[in-house]
Amino acid sequence: MIRSENLVKSYGEKVVLDNVSLNLPKGKMIAFIGANGAGKSTLISLMSRIVPKTEGCVYIDNMELQQWNNNELAKRISILKQSNHLNIRLTVKELISFGRFPYSKGRLTKKDNEIINQAISFLGLENIQHRYIDELSGGQRQMAYIAMIIAQDTEYVFLDEPLNNLDMRHSVQIMKGLRKLVDEMNKTIMVVIHDINFIAYYSDYIIAMKDGKVVSQGYTNEIITKDVLKEIYGMDIDVQSVNGKPICLYYN
Amino acid sequence: MTDFVRTKAKAITIILLIVLSLISLSIGAKSFMWSGVLKGEANHLQTLFISRLPRLLSILITGAGLSISGLLMQTITGNKFVSPTTAGTMDWCRLGVLVAILLAGEQSKLLRILVAFIIAFLGNLIYISITQRVQYKSAVMVPLIGLMLGSVVSSLTTFISYMYNIIQNVSSWLQGNFSLVIKGRYELLYIGMPMVVIAYLFAGRFTIAGMGESIATNLGLDYKKTVLLGLLIVSFLTTTIVVTIGSIAFVGLIIPNIVSLYKGDNLRNCLFDTAALGALFLLVCDIIGRVVIYPYEVSISVVVSILGSIIFLILIFARKGKTIKNA
Repeated sequence: MIRSENLVKSYGEKVVLDNVSLNLPKGKMIAFIGANGAGKSTLISLMSRIVPKTEGCVYIDNMELQQWNNNELAKRISILKQSNHLNIRLTVKELISFGRFPYSKGRLTKKDNEIINQAISFLGLENIQHRYIDELSGGQRQMAYIAMIIAQDTEYVFLDEPLNNLDMRHSVQIMKGLRKLVDEMNKTIMVVIHDINFIAYYSDYIIAMKDGKVVSQGYTNEIITKDVLKEIYGMDIDVQSVNGKPICLYYN
Repeated sequence: MTDFVRTKAKAITIILLIVLSLISLSIGAKSFMWSGVLKGEANHLQTLFISRLPRLLSILITGAGLSISGLLMQTITGNKFVSPTTAGTMDWCRLGVLVAILLAGEQSKLLRILVAFIIAFLGNLIYISITQRVQYKSAVMVPLIGLMLGSVVSSLTTFISYMYNIIQNVSSWLQGNFSLVIKGRYELLYIGMPMVVIAYLFAGRFTIAGMGESIATNLGLDYKKTVLLGLLIVSFLTTTIVVTIGSIAFVGLIIPNIVSLYKGDNLRNCLFDTAALGALFLLVCDIIGRVVIYPYEVSISVVVSILGSIIFLILIFARKGKTIKNA
């Protein structure tokens, strides 16, 4: 389980994350929502230790981040940040293979290769696996990064805007894939996604943030309501029910 | 790039290396016949083992060492324009050599390497921390910082050597030179070899570090330690070369870029190819320098600069063409 206590991040005088204490449920798809600059990305960066925190604690399976061996932690949590501008030329398969680094240190075993191939077919990347990532479209590249995270095979997965650059077909493919990881392999996936309807459709649990604080949290149908959304985004959003799923109409 | 080149590049490079090595051994001002060597004639054997072979070996090691240094620098900084020359590493080395001469005279080469290595490593650290602090990071900015820093260090070196009247000794390190290499004068190059082994063992880690700090941390890698190790290897390799041979531009810059085109940047795959092509390039330059005004020699730095700048321009235009096609 992932838990945070009084988590604070400040840059000089500016506080971007203010006393966040959270208990994240296990085996769920958890979405972080909020306006730009609400602190969502900062929060998941702190929880996944790629940005150092100013104050507070993060517990991964009841052990504080600092007590974890970094390599062991890499087998437990993984994170994909939103902008990945790689300046080095790797093939898709090479990139995905690096997801096995925490386990094999670069010397891939038979089991590693199986997992790598599974990750490739999981996202349907067979056709482009031998191409260089700098020759791919933004969407294909994003799929390759997500496949790397899948190959890392961690219990907890953080994804910062995984649908960036993706068209509808790829977005749905990714979300269905993530859903499968949660439902069939009992992974806990934490995502920051801006498209509220993807969240409304696919996530189990929502944490809503505003100005560096958590303003509300709960199961999806509790949060995707007119009143809560008004508080978070400061706009009137019409929530309709289509086939039992909430759909937000925020265009006017 | 055709598939043929992609798959056969390694074999082609190795065959060319062997052929050109034999040619390199055969040419020179002194009369030399392979038949003489086979018959065991003393003067021919002497020419081979005292002059020709040391020269060949030092060229191969220097070419491989410089291109590996360039590859590591480019991987760590994530910038294709960085190399021991553009990052200023060689300028720091020369400052180190000067300091060593001032401290201990001209005697000990080992001490010279040690002092130059420490200063080159510190210089690399300063360079990397500046580039990491600069907010506006365009592809050209990163090597420009290195060039500027290098020029400052270089003028400091010149200033000090004028003060102590040893400008002539110092300028001999400005240009690399293989014509003075004979048995007993180049062996210090060998102490850089363990660094190549370490680079190979940690190849995967360097590639991951090249993917940036957040991906590296995500994969459980200690990013800072890996960068430090890379800089140590680069500094040491460069130092052994600058102290024994002198500085040679372009090799560390263009060779990794060429190999990257057909082999990618996964260090485990491309390290050997980079080393071999670097050695081959320097060997070609040396042979050209030795035959154009035979029996005299054109300095290898001149040949490298001419050939290197032409190849560099071709690479820039080739890349440009490709990005336009992709867009």
